[in-house]
Amino acid sequence: MDALGFTALDLSRFQFATTNIFHFFFVPFTVGLAITIAVFQTLAYARQSQLYEDLTKFFGHLFLINFAVGVVTGIVQEFQFGMNWAGFSNFVGNIFGVPLALEVLMAFFLESTFLGLWWFGRDRLPKWANLASIWLVAVGSTISAFWIIIANAWMQHPVGFEVVNGQALMTSFWAVMTNPKGWSWFFHIWFAGLTIAAFFVLGVSAYHLRRGERTVRTHTPRPQQTPLTTRGPQHNAQGLRQAGDDQAGRQQHASERGHFLAAMKVGLVIAAIGTFGVIAVGHLQGQSARRDQPMKFAAFEAIWDTTTGQTPESLIALPSNREGRNLFNLEIPYVGSILAYNRPTGGVTGLHDLQKEYQAKYGPGNYIPPVWPVYWAFRIMVGCGLLMLGMVVWGLWLWRKGRLTGAPLYLTGLLFMPLIPHIANFSGFITTEMGRQPWIVQGQLLTANAVSPLAPGVVLVSLVSFWIVYLLLIGLDVFLLTRTATAGLHRPDVEAEGLPAPRYDGGEA
Amino acid sequence: MTLADLWFWIIAVSFTIYFFLEGFDFGVDLLRPLLARNERERKAMIGTIGPFWDGNEVWVILAAGTIFATFPLWYGALLTGIYPIFALILLALIGRGVAFEFRSQIDRPGWRVFWDVTSFVGSLIPAFFWGVVMANLVRGLPIGTAGKFQGSLRDYFDLFSLLGGAATLLLFMLHGATFLLLRLHKGDELHARARQAALFWGFLATVATLAFVYLGYVREGLFQNFGLASWLFPVAAAITLGSIWVALTRKWDGLAFLASGLTVAFSTLTVFLGLFPRVLPSTLGQQFDLTVQNAASQPYTLRLMTIVGVIFLPLIIGYQVWNYYVFRQRVRVDAGRLEEGY
Repeated sequence: MDALGFTALDLSRFQFATTNIFHFFFVPFTVGLAITIAVFQTLAYARQSQLYEDLTKFFGHLFLINFAVGVVTGIVQEFQFGMNWAGFSNFVGNIFGVPLALEVLMAFFLESTFLGLWWFGRDRLPKWANLASIWLVAVGSTISAFWIIIANAWMQHPVGFEVVNGQALMTSFWAVMTNPKGWSWFFHIWFAGLTIAAFFVLGVSAYHLRRGERTVRTHTPRPQQTPLTTRGPQHNAQGLRQAGDDQAGRQQHASERGHFLAAMKVGLVIAAIGTFGVIAVGHLQGQSARRDQPMKFAAFEAIWDTTTGQTPESLIALPSNREGRNLFNLEIPYVGSILAYNRPTGGVTGLHDLQKEYQAKYGPGNYIPPVWPVYWAFRIMVGCGLLMLGMVVWGLWLWRKGRLTGAPLYLTGLLFMPLIPHIANFSGFITTEMGRQPWIVQGQLLTANAVSPLAPGVVLVSLVSFWIVYLLLIGLDVFLLTRTATAGLHRPDVEAEGLPAPRYDGGEA
Repeated sequence: MTLADLWFWIIAVSFTIYFFLEGFDFGVDLLRPLLARNERERKAMIGTIGPFWDGNEVWVILAAGTIFATFPLWYGALLTGIYPIFALILLALIGRGVAFEFRSQIDRPGWRVFWDVTSFVGSLIPAFFWGVVMANLVRGLPIGTAGKFQGSLRDYFDLFSLLGGAATLLLFMLHGATFLLLRLHKGDELHARARQAALFWGFLATVATLAFVYLGYVREGLFQNFGLASWLFPVAAAITLGSIWVALTRKWDGLAFLASGLTVAFSTLTVFLGLFPRVLPSTLGQQFDLTVQNAASQPYTLRLMTIVGVIFLPLIIGYQVWNYYVFRQRVRVDAGRLEEGY
C-alpha cells in the first residue's frame, strides 16, 4: 500500500524528522533565552537597576512568544512515539519511556507553572520570589533538555539493558542515566542553546545600536478614557492603558543605547561561554562517535576505505552512496587523525569494511547511512561554529578596546548572526540523526521495524496538516519576534498591549 | 495491589485531574464567543485562565508519558489505533497554545478575531474528541496479537462515541461556566451571564451524560464488571450533577464549581473503573485484550517510576495549588489594565 508512491514508513520518517526539527529550532532557543533572561533579572535584582529591569521585560516578551511555539510543538513529539512508532514504543517503552516521564514530572510542570507565576506574578509576588520563578523556568527547561537527550542518547548508544522476547528491558537505570554519550550531547546542546540565545540578543542589540542615537522618544498624550468597542478606529492600544500608570503626555526619556550596550555585553559573555563550550564538547563527541558509532563517524568524514597510518581530513567532497566512493575529494593530510585521536596518526575504519562487519553481525542489509547529507551537514555545522567563534573573539576584542558600539562593520555582521546557530543546530540534527540510519536503536532495532501499522494515506494527511500548521507557526514566530525586537524598549503599544500584569478585584493588587 | 495496578490508577487519576483542570479552561474558551460582548470582556475571560491553562495542559502530557513508560503496548496500540483523532487533537492544541500568546501581540481587531476563532476551535476539537477517545477506550479497538492494531479508519464514530464527545463538550462548558462564577467579579454583568450559561449548558450536559451512561450500560457493558461499591461512582456523578442545580439557583458558586468538577472527575473515573483490569479491550476477541498485567512494563521500570512519582507528584500538586492561591482574586472587567494570556 502506498500513497503517492510513499509507504507509511517513508511518510512517518519524514513527519517525525520534520516535526522534530521544527521543535528543535525553538527548544534550545528557549533553554538559552530563559537563562539569559534570568541573568538580566538577577542583575536587575542585585543592582536595583531599572536598566536590567527593562531588558528583562523586553527579552521576556520575546521569550514568551517563542516559548509558546516550543511547548506546542513538543506535545506533538511525545504523542508521535505511540502514533507513528508503535513498534518502537513496544520495544523500548520500558527504558525510553522513563526519561520521557521524568521530563514531564521534573521539568514540564515546573516550567509551565512558574512561567505563569513569573509573568503574571510580577506585581503579586515579592521580588525575590519572582526572580526565583524565572530561574525555576530556566532550570526546568535545562532539566527537560537533559532527559530528552538521555533518551535520545540511549537510542544511539544503548546501555544498561537486555532484550527479552522482543522487548528491551532495563537492567540498570544508573547506566542509562550516566550514558556518557548522553552527557556530552546534553552539554553540547545546552551550550548550543546559549549560543542561539546570545546571538539573538547580540543581533537585536546590534540592530538598535546601529540605528544610532534615538535617546529621546516621546509618548504621545493619550486619552484617559477611550471608549472600547469591538471594532472601529477609536479602539486602540492606548485605550487599554491604565490611567496613571504612565502620566499621560509626559515625555519619556529613554536611553536605548545604554540598554542595548549593556545587553550586548551580557550577550557577548554568554556567547563566549556557549561557543567555546559547544566547540570543545563537540570535539569530544566526534571522538566518541568514532568509538561507538563508527559508521556515523565514517559518514561524517566520507571515508569509504579504511585508512591506516595518518587519516586526512576531507575539506570538500562529493560522496555517492550509489557508487560507494567520493566523486571528488579535497583533503588535508594528518588533520583527520588529529581530530579523531588528538595525534597526527591513527587509522579510521571505512564505510565498506564497516558494512561487511555489520552484515556479518546483523545479517544481510545495507547499513551505510546516506553519506552526502551527513558529510555536508557536519561541515556546515562546524563552519557555523567557527564563524560564531570568530564573531565572539572579534567582539571581545572590540569590548576590550572600548569600541563595541563604534564598529559599524561588526554591528552589521551581528545582524545576520541570529540565524547562524540555528543553521548549526539544524545541521547538527541532520548529522546525528541521519548518520545513525538505518537504525532507530543502534544495533538493536531497525527504523523499518519500528513503524506503526498505519495506512499511508492517513499518515500523508497528518503529515501535510502538520506541515501547514508548522510552517504557519514558524512564519508567525519569526514575524512576531522581528516585529517586537525591532520595535525597541519603549514602543507604546508593545508596552500597553504586550502582556501587562493582571488586574484583580481590589485587595493586594 | 501490584505496581502495575497502581500505575493504572495513577494514569486514571492523571486523566481525571487533566479533565478537571483543562475542562474548565476549554469551557471558558468555548463560552467566550457566547458570553463576551466586547474586547474588555473577552480579555477578562482570557484573564481568568491566563496563569493556569498551560500548567493544566501538562497533566495530559504526564498521562501520555506515563502510559508510554508503564504500559508501552497500550501506548502504541491506543495512539496508533485512533491515530487521526490524536492528530486532530494535537493540531487543535497547537493552535490554542499559541493563540493565547499571539492574540495580544498585535493590536488589530482582525488579528484578535483570528486568534479568538483559533482558540475556540482549538478548544472545541479536544473537548469533543477526548470524549470520543474515552468512548473508544470503553468500547475497545480491533487489536490483534502482540497489541498490534489491525483495524482501519472506519467505525470510531457511532452513536455511542458521538454521545461521549457531546457529553464531554457540554460538561466542559458547564465546568467552564462555574469556574467563571468563581473567577469573575460578582458585580460584572459577565458574571450574571455566566450563571445563565451554567444553567443552560448544564441542562444539556445532564441530558448528554445520562444518554451516554445509559447507552454505555445497555450496549457496551460499561458497568458489567462493577461490584456493588463501584456503582457509587456513576451514582455519585449523578448526584453531583443534580446538586449543581441547587447550587446555581441558590448562588452557591463554590458548590457549583465543586459539583461540576466532581461530575467531570467521577465520569472519568467511571470509564477507568469500567476498563479495569483491562487497559484496552480488543473487539476481535477477549484473548487479545490488553490488560494491566500483559501490557505493563517490567517490574524494575515500575519500581523506578514509583519512586520518582512519590517524590515529584506531591511537589507538583503543591506548587500548582500555590499557583492557584497566588492568583485567587477575581478578575474585573472594568479595570484599566487587563490581563493577557501567554
